[in-house]
Amino acid sequence: MLKTFTCIRCPNGCEVTIDTRSSGTSGNCCPKGAEYAREELLGPMRTIASSILVEGGDQPLVSVRLSKPIPKAQIFPVMEQIRKARVQAPVKAGAVLIANVLGLGSDVIATRSIDKE
Amino acid sequence: MKEVDVLIIGGGPAGLAAAVALDKAGIRKILIVEREKQLGGILRQCIHDGFGLTRFGEMLSGPEYAQRFIDEVVERKIPYLLDAAVTEVTPQRQATYVSPSGVEAIQAKAVIFAMGCRERPRGALAIPGERPSGVFTAGTAQNFINLQNKMVGKEVVILGSGDIGMIMARRLTLEGAHVKGVYEIQPIPSGLPRNIQQCLDDYGIPLYLSHTVTDIHGASRLTGVTVSQVDEKLRPIKGTGEEVPCDTLILSAGLIPENELTRKAGIALDRRTHGAVVDQWMQCDRPGFFSCGNVLHVHDLVDFVSLEAEKTARAAARFVREGSLPACPIRVKAGAGLNHVLPASISGDEDVTFSMRPSAKLADGILRVTQNGKVLYQKRLRKALPAVMVEVAVKRQAFQKEGDVEVSLTC
Amino acid sequence: MSLKFDVVIIGGGVVGSAIARELARYKLSIAVLEKNLDVCMETSGRNTGVVHGGFAYDAGSLKAKLCVQGNRMMGNLSEELGFVFRRSGKVLVGNTEAEYQSLLGTLHQGEKNGVEGLRMVDEKELHALVPSVEGRFALYSPNSGIVDPFGLTIALAENAASNGVRYFLGREVRNIDRADGSWYVEAGDGICCQARWVVNAAGLGAKRISDLLGITGYHVVASKDDYIILDNRLGELVPMPIYTVPSNTYMGIHVTCTTDGNILLGPTAETSDNFSYYGTEQKNIDMLYESAMALWPHFTRGDYIRTYSGILPKLVDEEGKIQDFKIEIRDQQAPHAVNLIGIESPGLTASTPIAEMVVGMIKERERLARNPAFIPERKVPKPFRLMTREEQAEAVRENPDYGELVCRCQQVSKAEILRAIHNPIGARTMVSVKYRSRAMMGRCQGGYCQMRIARLLEEEAHLKDTELTYERPGSWLFTGNVRGGER
Repeated sequence: MLKTFTCIRCPNGCEVTIDTRSSGTSGNCCPKGAEYAREELLGPMRTIASSILVEGGDQPLVSVRLSKPIPKAQIFPVMEQIRKARVQAPVKAGAVLIANVLGLGSDVIATRSIDKE
Repeated sequence: MKEVDVLIIGGGPAGLAAAVALDKAGIRKILIVEREKQLGGILRQCIHDGFGLTRFGEMLSGPEYAQRFIDEVVERKIPYLLDAAVTEVTPQRQATYVSPSGVEAIQAKAVIFAMGCRERPRGALAIPGERPSGVFTAGTAQNFINLQNKMVGKEVVILGSGDIGMIMARRLTLEGAHVKGVYEIQPIPSGLPRNIQQCLDDYGIPLYLSHTVTDIHGASRLTGVTVSQVDEKLRPIKGTGEEVPCDTLILSAGLIPENELTRKAGIALDRRTHGAVVDQWMQCDRPGFFSCGNVLHVHDLVDFVSLEAEKTARAAARFVREGSLPACPIRVKAGAGLNHVLPASISGDEDVTFSMRPSAKLADGILRVTQNGKVLYQKRLRKALPAVMVEVAVKRQAFQKEGDVEVSLTC
Repeated sequence: MSLKFDVVIIGGGVVGSAIARELARYKLSIAVLEKNLDVCMETSGRNTGVVHGGFAYDAGSLKAKLCVQGNRMMGNLSEELGFVFRRSGKVLVGNTEAEYQSLLGTLHQGEKNGVEGLRMVDEKELHALVPSVEGRFALYSPNSGIVDPFGLTIALAENAASNGVRYFLGREVRNIDRADGSWYVEAGDGICCQARWVVNAAGLGAKRISDLLGITGYHVVASKDDYIILDNRLGELVPMPIYTVPSNTYMGIHVTCTTDGNILLGPTAETSDNFSYYGTEQKNIDMLYESAMALWPHFTRGDYIRTYSGILPKLVDEEGKIQDFKIEIRDQQAPHAVNLIGIESPGLTASTPIAEMVVGMIKERERLARNPAFIPERKVPKPFRLMTREEQAEAVRENPDYGELVCRCQQVSKAEILRAIHNPIGARTMVSVKYRSRAMMGRCQGGYCQMRIARLLEEEAHLKDTELTYERPGSWLFTGNVRGGER
């Protein structure tokens, strides 16, 4: 069977068609597209960006992202962890705010620095 | 009066990249004037990832991407002013800016416009209906949620499938809002295909093409919108109106370069891009004025903004050093299949990168650069979308000394 | 809560506020009950801001008399109160012989009404006055003008408040009783005002209040007008309002300049019985485009920055014919109650003469003592955007908040936003700040500045996220915090 996915690995957004038996792909401009389509078949991975509450900072929120993609089905459970978290200012960009979130092997890291109020 | 070699108006991605590139080119008397309290521009609120793949070969969030340039500006000790708004630039390159420490004038040898763009508000779309609260442009909602810690609503409709609108659809969904759908008046999406996948499809948010909002309801807070199908001329089809209850309407229906200062400086603007008319040096029709980034034409990727700003800075550095830039007598026209092409003129003696936006969706198109009936360059494009800006580089050897150049994209 | 006043004015629009200010010249305790969260939220603010000459109304009518008076005093009033008024003049443009005759009729009616300076101008002179207009001749009224309608209403209200008038905002009148020679006016949030006098200046709600006062039988219809606002890029092309030839009941679609250099296209004038629906309609927007194009073909749809609508309360007879203003005291039926019905255009122009007439009617019935503390002037600093560079520098030196531009496209400084937030009548909505400062009125419609204004409003007025209101009661902006607060 053939399946088609829109690759999200780069802005090109290739329409990658994959043969579910042979894993052969077409339509991708680069190897990332093939890798993406195979992953979509086996278990889609995603990354998310959000914010964590900062206490005592000059900004109310620090923006965060994941260090590595997580299974798509874990997005909302991870959001729940992000929603519950709080950090004290100052925060350095790149700091790990939640390590190995839900044991998924991905860290929630700050994407900006926040100074003390 | 204070004097600088290059005044950069705007400390967002274009201004920062231009400043660093100017410094690298040996220009030291630079000043960045930024109206916000921080550098970084719109990237500060773009907390999603997807930036930097072209420029840095890495996937970064907006704040991280901006920080790379901010760090370099700081390391190189490039002077910048925050909380300072330029209110006027004269044709003689004298600028006035206002800040809490005073009203100052500054004389520059060269000015780089890097003010970015603004969103098309409801009024400019002339959407009829009532005027309740709860109607936000996508960028405004993004600022409230990501920077101000304010949640804007619970039941959301998004008008326009621009990238920021789709990114906000995902962001709102992650924060517990219910996004009922994205409605796009055009028959094709206006944002990038990957955002349809990762922002809408991943979260089960429906995208309705050839639909628009034709009425807005609610005397106080928004209570709902009427959406209608449109015909091929984008006119609402009578009888197709359907009321969608919601408390929030997010508008993602276009960006407009912020060129009030440019216009006041007496510089010619392009009817289609709403940005300045520039030659291959990114120089406006008045010598010493340069324009780059979203104030010149709306980009879909910040990486291209940075690259364009760096190119602009190199030309501005040369202008400062040599007092002028080689003339660009060869005009460039957008031919079939293109909405616009930049630059508007070239010298014919240097390599050129053309930036363009396709006017329609096209599969297997041929992009051609022609001059005097001769094809100078051609490239097959597997697919072309108005949402995706196309850039092609043409070597100087290809050009003849005179004759208009035309760029086209056809089947 | 029970309160006692000499006078309760119902309605804080331009007429109610003008009455409040005129009454504040006397030793009286005065309250204004306004159902909206600020003044000029309805008819007073939703119009074109044209200061009419007074030629369009039947000779001998109150509309004609009070309009002509109001026009004459507008210059002094604007200097006293610090709102923007420009005696721009106005043209009524025609093309056919029938239209010429019709305009001559208007001219003669105007002369009877005491309007000065009216004259017919030929095509050449018309184009000298307004180079961009389409038309062969015009009736020119040099004394017509334009005013900032928000500015006028807010100035009257704030000056009244500074002279001791108490404004109660968000207080819709629920019931009115009369007992033991006093009126008892119950309003929203459980307040009851006892007063010797009641003034019904409720505008669109005047018939309802009149009924509550026991004065029944009026027919009032809503006349709804849709408008388009154009970017101020085109402002210089329209030095004065451009009208077509009016009919008896309708002024026609016109192209009007505002005191801020924007251009208005409208109105549409549709009669309905809905006094609270402010939605604009696509068919009207399209119709305005077509009609305005015929008169002044210099804009594109790209120049639209906003559409809006306003409603005029028109008093009509059984046949639906529009009647004159009704300003009355019925000593038997409703003693000590001044009843104003059908105050529509030219109510903005005539507001202070109406107020003087109301005071006169009260003075016929009781002696009023002058209030020696009354201060008619309202000091307003020059807007930052209108200052010279030297004045701007001086302003920033004295107050650095002037150097922080919050709204970039209208060049509104933080100092002006703070001043708008701390207005004397206590209006604390986003729109209150907008109308007082001009922030959010430009081409981005608040895209850049509304987050800053929202934050300043919260901080300065001590509002919670969920209490921040855009315009009307219930027009919340936020459900709460994204993190760490109520949702």
